[in-house]
Amino acid sequence: MLFGYHWDLTSNWTFALSILPILLHGMLVTIEATLLGFFIAAVLGLVFAVLRGSPTRLISYPVAFIVEFFRDTPLLVQLYFLYFVLPNYGILLPAFMTGAVALGIQYSAYTSEVYRAGIEAVSRGQTEASRALNLSRADTFTRIILPQAVPRIIPALGNYLISIMKDVPVLSVVTVLEMLNVAKIIGDRTFQYLIPLTMVGGLYLLLTLFASFLVRALDTRLPKRGIPLK
Amino acid sequence: MLDMLPTLLGGAWVTVELTFWSTLIGALCSFAFGIGRLSGNPVVKSVSVAYIEVFRGTSLLVQMFWIFFALPLMGVSLSPMTAGIAALSLNIGAYGAEVVRGAIQAVPKSQYEASRALNFTSWQALWYVALPQALPEMLPPFGNLAVQNLKDTALVSLITLSDLAFRAESLRNLTQKSTEIYGMTLLIYFALALVLTAVMKVLEKRIGRWKAGGGR
Repeated sequence: MLFGYHWDLTSNWTFALSILPILLHGMLVTIEATLLGFFIAAVLGLVFAVLRGSPTRLISYPVAFIVEFFRDTPLLVQLYFLYFVLPNYGILLPAFMTGAVALGIQYSAYTSEVYRAGIEAVSRGQTEASRALNLSRADTFTRIILPQAVPRIIPALGNYLISIMKDVPVLSVVTVLEMLNVAKIIGDRTFQYLIPLTMVGGLYLLLTLFASFLVRALDTRLPKRGIPLK
Repeated sequence: MLDMLPTLLGGAWVTVELTFWSTLIGALCSFAFGIGRLSGNPVVKSVSVAYIEVFRGTSLLVQMFWIFFALPLMGVSLSPMTAGIAALSLNIGAYGAEVVRGAIQAVPKSQYEASRALNFTSWQALWYVALPQALPEMLPPFGNLAVQNLKDTALVSLITLSDLAFRAESLRNLTQKSTEIYGMTLLIYFALALVLTAVMKVLEKRIGRWKAGGGR
C-alpha cells in the first residue's frame, strides 16, 4: 500500500491499473519540483546574466567562473552537497526544497547563457538609435532591448524546463517521492520492477511530448519582432 | 583530508573510463541513428525516429533503472558497468543523433545535386561529400554533449557502480566530513570537465581544417 492505494497482483493488467493512481501522485511531485526548480533557475539565471555583463571585472569574472562551475559539475553531487553540507551551517531545508534549489542552481548556468545570447542577438543599432533619441540606459534596456529579446529567450527557456523535468528523478536520492522513486518503492515491495518502471517511462514520454508541444505552440504564437511591454 | 584523496581519485578513474566508453559508443549511435533518420528506407527511418524520441523523451535515470532493474526480469542480466555504459551511451546517442541529422541537413542542397551529376551513389555522396563538410559543424555541440555525459556518469553510483560520486557518498557515511568530501568531489568533476573541454577544442581545431575552402 502506498498513499492509501492498494495494488492488485492478480494479473499484469490489474497490477498496472492499480498502481497508476500512485504513479500519478508521484507525477504531481515531479511537476511541482520542475516548476519550482525552473522558477529558481529563471530568476537566478537572470541575476547571473546581468552580473556577468557588468563592466566591472571584479564582478563579471568571478560570476563567469561560478556559472562555469555550476554548469560543469553533476547535479547529483551538487544535490548531495546541498543536502549534507548546508545543515552543518544551520540551514535546514526540507528534501523537496533542497532538490528544487539544486535543480535551480544547476540550470541557472544554462538559463544565464540564454538571457545573454537573447540580449546580444538584438542588433547594436537599436542601442545606438535609442542613445540618439536621448533615451536613458534604463529605458533603452526595458523598452527597446528586452521586448525584442523576449521572443528569442522564451522558447529556449522552455527547452530547459523540459530538461529540468527529466532531471527530477535525481531528487529521489534525497528521499523526494517523485515518480521514479514511487515506482522503485513499488518494485521493492512487490518484486515487480518491469511494469512500474515501464509505466514511468511511458508517463515521462507523454509529459515531455506534451511540454514540447506547448513550447512549440508558444514559439509560433510569439510575435517575432518583439512584444510591446506596457 | 588528503588521506581521502586516493580513494576519490580511484573513483575518478572509473568516471573517466565510463565517460570514455559511453562517449565513444554514444558517438557511434549518433551517426547510426542520425543518418538512419534521414534514410529513404521507411523501416530504418521509423526505428531511428522511435529510438531518438524514446531516449530524448524520458529521463536518463529512468532508462538506467529500467536497464538495471527491469531488464533482468525479461532474462537479460547486465553487470552494473555494462548497464551503466549502455544507458549513458544510448541516452547521449539520441541527443547526438539530432546533432548529426542537423549538420547533414545543413550541407547545401547544391552539393548533393553536384554529386548526383557526377554519378555518385547516395552512400558515396554521404561519405565523400556531405560528412566531411558536416563533421566540423557537429564538433562544438558534440563537445557540449561530452561534458553533459561526464556529468551524467555520476548517476551510475545509483546502480552500485563505485565511481567518484559513489565513493564520495561512502566516505561521507564513514567520516561525516561532508563539506571536505563533496567540495573535493565537485572540484575533481570540474577539473575533468575542463580537461574534456580542452580535448574537444583540440579535436575541433584539427577537424576544422576539413571545412570548405580549408587546407589553410
